[in-house]
Amino acid sequence: MSDRRTRRIPASLIAGLIMLGLLVVIAVIAPILWGTAATAVTPDTRSAPSAAHWLGTDDLGRDVFARTLVATRLTLIMAAAATAGSVVLGVLIGGLVWVGPRWVRECVLRVIDSTVAFPSLILALVIAAILGAGTASAAVAIAVAGVPSFARITSNMTGAVANRDYVGTARLLGVPRFRLFSRHLLPNISGPLLVLIASSFALTLLDISSLSFVGLGVQSPEFDWGRLLNEGLPAVYSQPLQVVGPSVMLVFAGVAAMLTGDGLAVYLDPRGSRAARSTPARRAPRGPSTRPDALVEVRGLTVRAPGGKTLVDGISFEIAPGEILGLVGESGSGKSMTAMSLGRLQADGVAVDAEVLRLDDLDLLAGGHRSRLAKEIGLVYQDPGSTFNPALRMGAQLTEVARVHLGLSRRAARDTLRDGLGEMRIREPEKVMGQHPFQLSGGMLQRAGIASSLVTDPKLLIADEPTTALDVTVQADVLRQLRRVNRDHGTAVLFISHDIGVVEALCDRVLVMRTGEIVERLTSDQLRRREVEHPYTRALLAATPTLKTTPRPIEEHDRV
Amino acid sequence: MSDTPLLRISDLSVDLGHGIRSTRVLHGVSLEVERGRTIGIVGESGSGKSTLAKTIVGLHRIATGSVVFDGVELASAPRASVATVRRRVQYIPQDPFSSLDPRRTIGQTLAEAIDPVGARERRHHARIVEALASVALQEDAVDRYPHEFSGGQRQRVAIARALVVDPDVIVADEITSALDVSTQAEILQLLERLQRERNLTMLFISHNLAVVEELCDEVVVLLHGRIVEQGAIAEVFADPREAYTRRLLESVPGGAAFDVTAPVVTAAVRTVPVRGRRRLFG
Repeated sequence: MSDRRTRRIPASLIAGLIMLGLLVVIAVIAPILWGTAATAVTPDTRSAPSAAHWLGTDDLGRDVFARTLVATRLTLIMAAAATAGSVVLGVLIGGLVWVGPRWVRECVLRVIDSTVAFPSLILALVIAAILGAGTASAAVAIAVAGVPSFARITSNMTGAVANRDYVGTARLLGVPRFRLFSRHLLPNISGPLLVLIASSFALTLLDISSLSFVGLGVQSPEFDWGRLLNEGLPAVYSQPLQVVGPSVMLVFAGVAAMLTGDGLAVYLDPRGSRAARSTPARRAPRGPSTRPDALVEVRGLTVRAPGGKTLVDGISFEIAPGEILGLVGESGSGKSMTAMSLGRLQADGVAVDAEVLRLDDLDLLAGGHRSRLAKEIGLVYQDPGSTFNPALRMGAQLTEVARVHLGLSRRAARDTLRDGLGEMRIREPEKVMGQHPFQLSGGMLQRAGIASSLVTDPKLLIADEPTTALDVTVQADVLRQLRRVNRDHGTAVLFISHDIGVVEALCDRVLVMRTGEIVERLTSDQLRRREVEHPYTRALLAATPTLKTTPRPIEEHDRV
Repeated sequence: MSDTPLLRISDLSVDLGHGIRSTRVLHGVSLEVERGRTIGIVGESGSGKSTLAKTIVGLHRIATGSVVFDGVELASAPRASVATVRRRVQYIPQDPFSSLDPRRTIGQTLAEAIDPVGARERRHHARIVEALASVALQEDAVDRYPHEFSGGQRQRVAIARALVVDPDVIVADEITSALDVSTQAEILQLLERLQRERNLTMLFISHNLAVVEELCDEVVVLLHGRIVEQGAIAEVFADPREAYTRRLLESVPGGAAFDVTAPVVTAAVRTVPVRGRRRLFG
């Protein structure tokens, strides 16, 4: 699937290349074919468009259409040269600072920062004015003025790549600095860089034309599109068509550059994005509920990815009120997809279908119960570090559910939450509510998350790998809190984990999932006694490392 | 035990961050590693175990103390001699999704380890294929890109990259913690086989004590950047001297503190050793 040759070429690249090709052809042949028509002075001045002169003639009787086409060559060459100048210098500066010593990088970046603060077109005007009006000086001015912003953006992109492990490893292996840049840094920023180059080419076209337009760029008798606009301006009311030609060409060239850059970025990435086909909605016949006593009833649940791949393949299970059900399996087994379908939180394009999908009296397939769902289902995610918005204080985030879905006032919501946090054995709940997420440990965040999801007194708590990102000692604590919530409030828990040891310790019943199917259903007693049938469950148990040496009980010692 | 250890870390302190925002994350850590031994380094997040690993391979600057490998002091030796010595200590990072350059084929990645300057895959093809075979990857992997492999396969590529230069020491930084249990078991079996076949010396950083028990000869327990306990696995695990070590051991699924049905008295404060917590929890 990886073969670069078999990859599809994006439509934007094809369109962009065709447009650019057309421009290049014009740039090459126009001066040869219409060079004379564009420069020949005729007595037929300021004529209206006709069959002989499609866009009319200018004040010296020169054909405007021919001049527009002929100007393509000079405009493109100047824009390309200026862009190339900015890109080469900018990328070298912005990229190489990351392979050099830290103090060099800091100094160079501060200098770049201060030059970026200066508007680039004004900088270009100043440089062009110093160098004197002319074709070359305009290109140089635009190129130099473009360097700082290019260097700044390249440096940001390179910085993100430079912190990846593979760059660190290459450094350790003794890869020379410049090779580090050319082999790892440059290729990995090339995607966004190409888009940037393309958009910068489009902007450079405008800048060059602006310089010529204000008279600092191309000088008569030479002409580019900017110069043509300049010449057309005095007659813009009597002969508006004279500025239309160059304007249309500018837009055309800009769009061509953008499309090409965008398409190239997609094409060059070896991870190559393939267009996702939309999933045909295959509807399973709705069935009647057969287990009305269950809190959650799932029958024939099927989840399909946008490509049509089946992620969950017609599974059925129930969760009794107040039960802790474990869903165990490895990545790709569909366990998280199952949980997300219950909360109707599946990603865009993912198709969920079932005969029965019911929570209490809610038909989850019918949709439109967002508010009820938010109240009835509490969610605890895997990574407490990314669950919370780092910019907001904990209090505001944790009380959101209570304020939005229970309609409590800010004060009432805070009171409710304070009790909840206290119940989760968080000391000083007031202080925690005033803090930002980064000030709290992972275990604390996870406990706070559980507290906030319990504010609405949900009937079901879905915990998706809630302890995977936590240290072992904290894990035991969080699991103990989940168990307590279950016991004290009678909240049913759907607990998802890849760690069968954790599931065994916490759950009443366990479902083992593999490639979208439930391969075994066990009670926790069966699991503890290792009464398992399916080879996959056995393999999971065998693969789970357990301590063979356990510490002797502390009472035997007099040390502590 | 031989008289000179292959790797000797003495009184090592490391600061992270720059200028006034720098914090000391390792405080006077001393450690000796004999050839052919596997040392497990355990501790919770923030204990400094990853920093220790990265400092040994040269990714962090040493504040005080020294790292001496086979008689060469890595911090003060001239650059050229350090470069050759460093190649004999190979580092395997935790995240298999960030440790391989997505733009380079597996063959190019391994070629770079053999020849950092040229990195020509064709010239070292046989050696690369051999290294891939030792981690049970097929020859056709050479021309493929990282995104075509699963997490476990990528981790095996990272191991192959470390092995291809025939190192004396491997520093494995939480290399199984991002993997599924069955993939983890596969990687552990692979490491055990390599230990046997190559007499590898290994520093194995992990927060999973069960894994450490399976793979390592000795264990070092880190807490807040200090070594609180070290020794042979069997001794330390059966009879931990420190309350913190005991707490770690009891928190492993199946351990005493993992009985989640036990009544809760108070929330444990993170990474602070609670002495005699047995009594605390009644």
